[in-house]
Amino acid sequence: MAKIELTRIPFIKNALKSRYPQLAVFIVMLIGYIFAILAGLIGTPVGSHNFSIVFVWIAWWAILILVAVPFFGRGWCAVCPIPLPGEWLQHGAVLSPPDKRPKWLNLRVPKMFRNIWLQNISYLLLALFSSVLLTTPNITGIVLAAMLFAAIGLSTVFERRAFCRYLCPVGGFIGLYSQTAPIELRIKDKQVCVTCEGKPCYNGSSAGYGCPWDVFPGGLTKNTYCGLCMECIRTCPHDNIAVNLRPFSADLAKPSTRMDEAFKAFIMLGSAIVYAGVLLGPWGMFKDAAYNVGSSAWFIYAIVFLAIIFVVLPGLFTLGILNTKNTLPLKQRFASLSTALIPLGLMFWVAFSLSFVLTNASYILAALSDPLGLGWNLFGTANAAWLPMLTSILAPAQTLALVVGLVWSARTAQKSANEAGTSSMPVVIYCFVATSLMLWLLL
Amino acid sequence: MKRAELISRILIVVGILLAVGAPLFFWARTPLIHARMAEDGGWNPDVIQAEVGKPLHLKFTSDDVVHGFAVGQMDMQSVDILPGKVTDITLNFDEPGIYTFFCTRWCGLNHWRMRGTIEVSGSSSDPEPATVPLYVSLKLDLDAPHDAPVVPNGKPLAISGQSLETNLPIDQSAEYYRSHSPYEVFESLQNTPLTDGQRWNAVAYFWQSNTTSESLANGRQLYAQNCAACHGENGAGNGVFADDLVQAGEASMQSMSGAMNMMMQAPVDFTDPRRMLGASPALLQGKILRGGMGTGMPMWGSIFTEQQIWDLTAYIYSFQFEYEK
Repeated sequence: MAKIELTRIPFIKNALKSRYPQLAVFIVMLIGYIFAILAGLIGTPVGSHNFSIVFVWIAWWAILILVAVPFFGRGWCAVCPIPLPGEWLQHGAVLSPPDKRPKWLNLRVPKMFRNIWLQNISYLLLALFSSVLLTTPNITGIVLAAMLFAAIGLSTVFERRAFCRYLCPVGGFIGLYSQTAPIELRIKDKQVCVTCEGKPCYNGSSAGYGCPWDVFPGGLTKNTYCGLCMECIRTCPHDNIAVNLRPFSADLAKPSTRMDEAFKAFIMLGSAIVYAGVLLGPWGMFKDAAYNVGSSAWFIYAIVFLAIIFVVLPGLFTLGILNTKNTLPLKQRFASLSTALIPLGLMFWVAFSLSFVLTNASYILAALSDPLGLGWNLFGTANAAWLPMLTSILAPAQTLALVVGLVWSARTAQKSANEAGTSSMPVVIYCFVATSLMLWLLL
Repeated sequence: MKRAELISRILIVVGILLAVGAPLFFWARTPLIHARMAEDGGWNPDVIQAEVGKPLHLKFTSDDVVHGFAVGQMDMQSVDILPGKVTDITLNFDEPGIYTFFCTRWCGLNHWRMRGTIEVSGSSSDPEPATVPLYVSLKLDLDAPHDAPVVPNGKPLAISGQSLETNLPIDQSAEYYRSHSPYEVFESLQNTPLTDGQRWNAVAYFWQSNTTSESLANGRQLYAQNCAACHGENGAGNGVFADDLVQAGEASMQSMSGAMNMMMQAPVDFTDPRRMLGASPALLQGKILRGGMGTGMPMWGSIFTEQQIWDLTAYIYSFQFEYEK
């Protein structure tokens, strides 16, 4: 399938180039985000009736993992309100063209942190506390506020969106999985960029800011670090930036050799498996351990969780690919072949999320009418009963997602194995075993 | 500054102020009474002020599980307080005083501790003199051992005692009934020609004749709502909380000096004839009204009316005697 350039459509191009539509969305999102923080802090402590829990962990998560990431890649990052206050402070403006003087320290992020290891760590920190975080409104409120303030703090110290690029706990996996999405932002003609003076897309100009994500659009080959903020569309003096519709998982044809990204794939795969077992499985003991943060059972749970992610899954994968005939060093082969785990992990998350999203979606209606638990009934739905949705199609939908994930990962494995000049069989077997395990845990 | 920039900034500032201010404003204007399990704080606030003759509008919410709300010694249906939901309750008080409100759902091990007070001020239209409970006027020591030295072989039958009792020297007054244990009445029949079994049957009939089916039904309902969680539906001291209470008692005893009996925390077994046949209705009234000091048995004096306590004692004896159906 050929690419279709969406920015050829004048309406889309104008909507993306203008700052107003984006700003309008930003303001709504920021108000919603701040309201979620307040709701978490002062609303009812009953998670299933608190706006912060219901809208962040049910509604937002459902939109993110079932729609935004698979179909729009970093589409969420394009409208995420977290970096906005910091960025506005950094720019000294919300709309106006950039001021030449840097407002704050404007330091470059040290080289050792210019990878996604910090994102891997921040994700794992939330993941280990997730059972409490996802059910306790005031903890959700505190974490949401902490992310907002961390983003503001980093914006005043470092240049561009340091929080989004290097620290955001969700940004890491959104970036990883955005490679599978059928949407991309790319340049149209490389030669134009080569000869372009001043590279305003990266350095900024009177038309707009240099890439907030610290990416040179001229060199974009993957979605991973492009936040779809559309700033380069505004700054490119040659109209050389396009947003394209493309085949799914186009980026995976060019496997990454970075260990931080390879481990991100294992972290996401492993946490989906652990959650399916602990949160949805029938084992009360595991659930208790995950919920009793700080207890000795929780420490064991945390150690097992980390061991599965960092030792068991990568270890078995390494054993599998150890004997593949190849000239590439093992480390590079490991990173390259783990690309197959990206579609697999995404579909694991889709399958896992379907179960709790469909089970709990009816809470959205009640929380919408009484977001703080103060006895309101704004839309007449405050007393909507809890009713799991589409229960009859849940298991088939999950199975379908997992099977699609397996086929998709097998095809990806074949491509990356060809690229690396080796056999895809061990990776396909690995994916098959992992899918069977997930299927067993979910059904 | 360009106009668009200025308008955008104003919109953002107003939006943020609204997002912060509106929830805080409405939150501050909606005083909720939060119900939590006793171990997490119980009612908050747990003291409420009210005035005689002025309706008291209250908004309740539960922060954890389903609780219930009722005010002691008031003729009202208990109301459920659901997690994350707000329940509106309006109360009217005719008399000043301190009223106890309490949880009516078995919300957790310390459910019984979930209580608060409503302090009603104002003048009384019909001041009633306080009456001294019978166990106080009888100067009963509620904590003294009171086991019956002799117990029947089986459950005494009131129906069998009916024919025997008419000519027996038993004081038929309510006062006599309330101030004597079944064993004491059994002993008072020593000089009659009856066998031990017949004497116990006569006692059973005497107990039955001192209550009504209405009182028993009321007692049964009160017992099921308030007592069965610990003492068990069949009175055997094996309610759903019983095992946990014993464990909690043992745990707390291990941290205390002194040689208190750990079993104190186990709910009393009302099917134990030795214990129950040695207890007078007045003694049971005292135990219910005052509670069992240090045993986990709460005090019910501020919640049950005097009649409700007599209804309960009448029902509790039905675990010992076979009454006519």
